[in-house]
Amino acid sequence: MNEWKEVANLEEIPPLGSRVVEVEDGSIALFRTSDDQVFALRDACPHKSGPLSQGIVAGHTVTCPLHNWKIDLESGEALAPDEGCTNVYPVKVEAGVVFLQL
Amino acid sequence: MKERLVLVGNGMAGVRTLEELLKLDPDAYEITVFGAEPYPNYNRIMLSPVLAGEKTIDDIILNDRAWYEENGIVLHTGDPVVEIDRVNRRVISESGVEVPYDRLLLATGSNPFIIPVPGSDLPGVIGFRDIADVETMLEAAKKYKKAAVIGGGLLGLEAANGLMQNGMDVTVVHLMDILMERQLDRTAAQMLKKSLEERGMKFLMETQTAEVLGEDHATGLKFADGSELEADLVVMAVGIRPNIELAQKAGLYCERGVVVNDTMQTYDPRVYAVGECVQHRGQTYGLVAPLFEQAKVAANHLARIGIARYEGSVTSTKLKVTGIDLFSAGEFNESEGDETLVLQDPARNVYKKLVVRDDRIKGAVMYGDTIDGTWYFQLLREGTDISDFRSTILFGQHDLGDAGHGDETRVAALSDDAEICGCNGVTKGQIVEAIQTQGLFTLDEVRAHTKASASCGSCTGLVEAILASTVGEGYEAQPSKKPLCGCTEHSHDEVIQAIKEHELKSMRAVFDFLEWKTPDGCAACRPALNYYLLANWPEEYHDDPQSRFINERAHGNIQKDGTYSVVPRMFGGICTPDQLRAIADVADKYQVPEMKVTGGQRIDLFGVKKEDLPAMWKDLTEAGFVSGHAYGKALRTVKTCAGKKWCRFGTQDSTGLGVKIEELTWGSWMPHKFKLAVSGCPRNCAEATIKDFGVVCVDSGYELHIGGNGGIKVRVTDLLTKVETEEEVLEYCGAFIQLYREEAHYLERTAPWVERVGLSYIKSRILEDEEGRKALYERFKLSQRYAQIDPWKERSEGKYAHEFRPLKLSA
Ligand SMILES: Cc1cc2nc3c(=O)[nH]c(=O)nc-3n(C[C@H](O)[C@H](O)[C@H](O)COP(=O)(O)OP(=O)(O)OC[C@H]3O[C@@H](n4cnc5c(N)ncnc54)[C@H](O)[C@@H]3O)c2cc1C
Ligand code: HEM
Ligand code: SF4
Ligand code: FES
Repeated sequence: MNEWKEVANLEEIPPLGSRVVEVEDGSIALFRTSDDQVFALRDACPHKSGPLSQGIVAGHTVTCPLHNWKIDLESGEALAPDEGCTNVYPVKVEAGVVFLQL
Repeated sequence: MKERLVLVGNGMAGVRTLEELLKLDPDAYEITVFGAEPYPNYNRIMLSPVLAGEKTIDDIILNDRAWYEENGIVLHTGDPVVEIDRVNRRVISESGVEVPYDRLLLATGSNPFIIPVPGSDLPGVIGFRDIADVETMLEAAKKYKKAAVIGGGLLGLEAANGLMQNGMDVTVVHLMDILMERQLDRTAAQMLKKSLEERGMKFLMETQTAEVLGEDHATGLKFADGSELEADLVVMAVGIRPNIELAQKAGLYCERGVVVNDTMQTYDPRVYAVGECVQHRGQTYGLVAPLFEQAKVAANHLARIGIARYEGSVTSTKLKVTGIDLFSAGEFNESEGDETLVLQDPARNVYKKLVVRDDRIKGAVMYGDTIDGTWYFQLLREGTDISDFRSTILFGQHDLGDAGHGDETRVAALSDDAEICGCNGVTKGQIVEAIQTQGLFTLDEVRAHTKASASCGSCTGLVEAILASTVGEGYEAQPSKKPLCGCTEHSHDEVIQAIKEHELKSMRAVFDFLEWKTPDGCAACRPALNYYLLANWPEEYHDDPQSRFINERAHGNIQKDGTYSVVPRMFGGICTPDQLRAIADVADKYQVPEMKVTGGQRIDLFGVKKEDLPAMWKDLTEAGFVSGHAYGKALRTVKTCAGKKWCRFGTQDSTGLGVKIEELTWGSWMPHKFKLAVSGCPRNCAEATIKDFGVVCVDSGYELHIGGNGGIKVRVTDLLTKVETEEEVLEYCGAFIQLYREEAHYLERTAPWVERVGLSYIKSRILEDEEGRKALYERFKLSQRYAQIDPWKERSEGKYAHEFRPLKLSA
């Protein structure tokens, strides 16, 4: 399919915050970093599926709210010494509109 | 082109500096390392267990060759640097390799001191410093029977113990009349000697070596008094000398060691030095903890961050001889005017001594039961006034373990499968294994790798004790000044002070003023800063939702399945049938899967979906409820008992007072959660003596209790004072809360806070300073004007709606 879909305006995501997008097979978390980049990860922590969208964003990482794993927003991988990975989705921002590729 | 960094000395301090540097700035330099030994960096302090046959050399490698490769570091092993050409800025190795540098890091360690007596250069005479020495000793143990170890200090005893484990007949020759005189007092030293003798070690005390006997190999020792001892192996462990030969040759200023300033720079600003080869403020160190602090500072400057300072270290000591528990720190031999607290139990073979001056611990020696060593060491470094708990201090910090460990006081005696961290199910064996194989030295590292003590933290003391007994003397207890998090060098207290004194009123201002290392902080510092700013500038600071943990952002407690729980506030636990009906209706309407009465006498609705929260709050708000803050670092509930109105024992209106207190305090943000209770008489049915602030009514008034905790570490409150009227209760309560809000560290409950600052301090602020108390109370009331805005109402009216509404995909 690999279609770009419009999901939100950039302003709808608070800086250093996140929003949840509901898709057929679960949720995707959109994160906006302080440099105004947007990242999308499956909203499930590689540890015990905690909702990453509810975590704290800093730099290009998010800290899971359940047990404080740190996940890299670019790769979806847990930072050492933890190990694991969650899905990453391509995102682009054009003229203030956020698109997600599914 | 990248600058070039050359490290001379592939040992513990040097490589640790590289690790710290790579963390800060992985691409700053082209790095080349020279090591005289043929191995990659290994854990030198584990040589004793290797000698004792408890570990292999592979087990103690800290950085294997792959590590150097992955980090683009060129490693030359078995090739010492023989010359530093400072004019042309290059080093030259024994095999002739020449490498230019922009910065040079010297970490050449030290050499064992070999006593210059005749025969000391014979084969069979060695120091105890590196893998080669251990191999020599192991070889000798296969061939020979008798060994002599000269020096009854830490290193000597560890060597002697190891040789004994290898079946040798070992005699320790010591110049002084007691063992380990630099670490132990007479009593402890004698206890140690006795238990080593029971294991078969022999001693020649007050004996001076005059000569090593032998023709082409050592055969024995001759002493100053003319007597002799047979020995085919002689280990000299009488001390170390900083290895400054190379630096001296290069014309760098040296005294006992290579002299450095507080930024670890030598007299040549391009040349840094760390480790045992260094002399800093007149001191040299021979333990890893201070060296690692130096490494951090040097890395900070090599990465050009340039803010860290090394200010010297206090060290503590542990002997790594399996089965022997011994600890010492500070000035453990009392001088004129000092007081000494001693506990001695010959039957249990336990001895503890604290040297106290001006109500502060100056030194500690412990034998047999050392679990509280880490605690005493902390009190020593922080200079804590111990007068409040002096009468029980020798019995230790009894809330050290969690409930499962009870009075287990000897870590060494715990079996490997004993569970240490109940939250994450981590056993002692797993912790020890991780420490040894992964080369962990700090509590944070143990937390990261094993998860032990990473959740509730109640086992921290035990984990520290295991760390101490595994790593031995060098383990890094919590540094005396603990940075708030990895984003800064500043401690909680420094941050709080800066926010107050320099009127920092936004997170950005704090980051800039205190030179935060990360652009937007991290999940540890942002919530702390958000709180400090809120507590200091209630009128001006705007709460930052993105710096709050999700519970406080969503005003509900996140559950393990991602749903939330909702707890409406019921002041003092009093409720009406209408209110209960309203709660029941809400539960039905939103299909709440489970309800429960909480430990704090409120009703909890579990399993609420996040997107339902605002609507549910709207219904609750309309029925007159406000948020119960059961999710926050905030005022929780005021638990009350039946009280005078109904109970035949009641002395005062405990429920009515509870309602008043809750009306005064609800909505207040705190460093951590804060629980209160009011009991109507000393029967104390509301359990007020395990709360952060508890009132126990008596016939003549109200007893005020503080600093209790009913959680993992149960702590009974301290009695603050007794007052006569309800108005006074409110004033003292508000003032106490405000003091806590202004001065405690974020995430520090009142119990550890009261223990840290001392009850006397709190009394001095709340009881003895009436004006100060009233001012605190006023500041509390002022901040409450901004805090008592019901978050539920705001959100049901649409504030931060985006937080709760999922996005939809456009078709
Ligand atoms: C048996 C033993 C047990 C110990 N137990 C403990 C303990 O329990 N707790 C504790 O805190 N400390 C302990 N120590 C001390 C601790 O190991 C040292 O403090 C620490 O290793 C010093 O680190 P360093 O980097 O300064 O020196 P080292 O680790 O000695 O590293 C220096 C390295 O530089 C190399 N070198 C020297 N000159 C040159 C040159 N010109 N060119 C290239 N390379 C060179 C050396 O060969 C060596 O490999 C113990 C030491 C020993 C020997
Ligand atoms: C010293 C002995 C004690 C006596 C004589 C005593 C007596 C009472 C009485 C008479 C009541 C009834 C109040 C009512 O009518 O509702 C009561 C309530 C209660 N007691 Fe005790 N009590 C004692 C100790 C304790 C202790 C130690 C605890 C708990 C640690 C406790 C917990 C409770 C609780 C939870 C209630 C209900 C209070 C409420 O929620 O209103 N009691 N007690
Ligand atoms: S604490 Fe005293 S007054 Fe309150 S319920 Fe218990 S017995 Fe009654
Ligand atoms: S579920 Fe994310 S850290 Fe455990």
